[in-house]
Amino acid sequence: MKPGFAEPVFDSQVGFSALMQAMARPGRIQRCQMLRDLPDGLEPAAAAALLTLADAETPVWTDTQGEAREWIAFHTGAPLVAEPVRAQFLLATRSMPELAALDPGTDETPQDSATLILQVEALDDVSGWWLTGPGIETTHRLSAHGLPADFLAQWNANTARFPRGVDLILCAGERLAALARTTRILEPTLLPENG
Amino acid sequence: MITLETMERPAWMAVLARASAEEIGALLRDIPTLPTHRVIRGPEIGLTMMRGRAGGDGAAFNLGEATITRCSVSLADGTLGHCWRLGRDRRAAELAALLDACLQGDALRDALFTRVIEPLRAEQAEAACLTARRAAATEVRFATLATMR
Repeated sequence: MKPGFAEPVFDSQVGFSALMQAMARPGRIQRCQMLRDLPDGLEPAAAAALLTLADAETPVWTDTQGEAREWIAFHTGAPLVAEPVRAQFLLATRSMPELAALDPGTDETPQDSATLILQVEALDDVSGWWLTGPGIETTHRLSAHGLPADFLAQWNANTARFPRGVDLILCAGERLAALARTTRILEPTLLPENG
Repeated sequence: MITLETMERPAWMAVLARASAEEIGALLRDIPTLPTHRVIRGPEIGLTMMRGRAGGDGAAFNLGEATITRCSVSLADGTLGHCWRLGRDRRAAELAALLDACLQGDALRDALFTRVIEPLRAEQAEAACLTARRAAATEVRFATLATMR
């Protein structure tokens, strides 16, 4: 078993600050490098995000197996659920669960919706999509590698459900960036020349 | 009679959780060096809600919160040891978790059991017995309908 946060209070504060900045400025890349020694299959940013957010009162779904799954269960203390729809936080390391299959909250309590932490192959903010929406002054770029082919269709369906919907935290290595349910993704090909 | 053969892990964890760091440390002096360990979690201090039942069969109620300290360690071979104890003694929690891990392996089990666990258990049993005797001496039996029925 590998250790979790060396300084549980301060490290989770750093993680919370990074997640808050990420959600407030969708697409801006934050760094989370508190966890260096992790079980196979887990990367620093995704593991730190889950350790920061999940506790005994938040059902967690994850596709990790073996040591990584035990590590999550031990250090978060969260109940691990088998069905993605029942989870409040999800950590996907291999393939993304269907966004439509996750808990979108209700119109009265949209804050109860699921948050998906997704480990992708790479993240950068100099190429790829153009993002717009609350928290983004004009547009912002973000590129994530390793997403399913129909990701944009799934994401557009997710934003259309507002105020319900799923929030997404994309993680690669020590980097993470968030897509809030209000964030619109514009494909480069659809953008006017000045974009 | 609790012996090495019949003593299960919960029993030695309970003995270790009740012993202070000084008591464990004093008994460990004759033990060959303990293996190196790595702290997985803690030692950290928190609160737990203690629940009770009136008369043993009433509805459960929250009695109050108690301070607890917990610690988990891992040995080089991956064996995990845990300790949750009342109070704020971090050193005792780490030591007890380390001993819990060592007691699961064969190398140190016999020595630790006879020289640490058994003396602690005897001491704690004696103290519990003394407390029970003192309490029993003050017992007042009320003749009520419930007991006379």
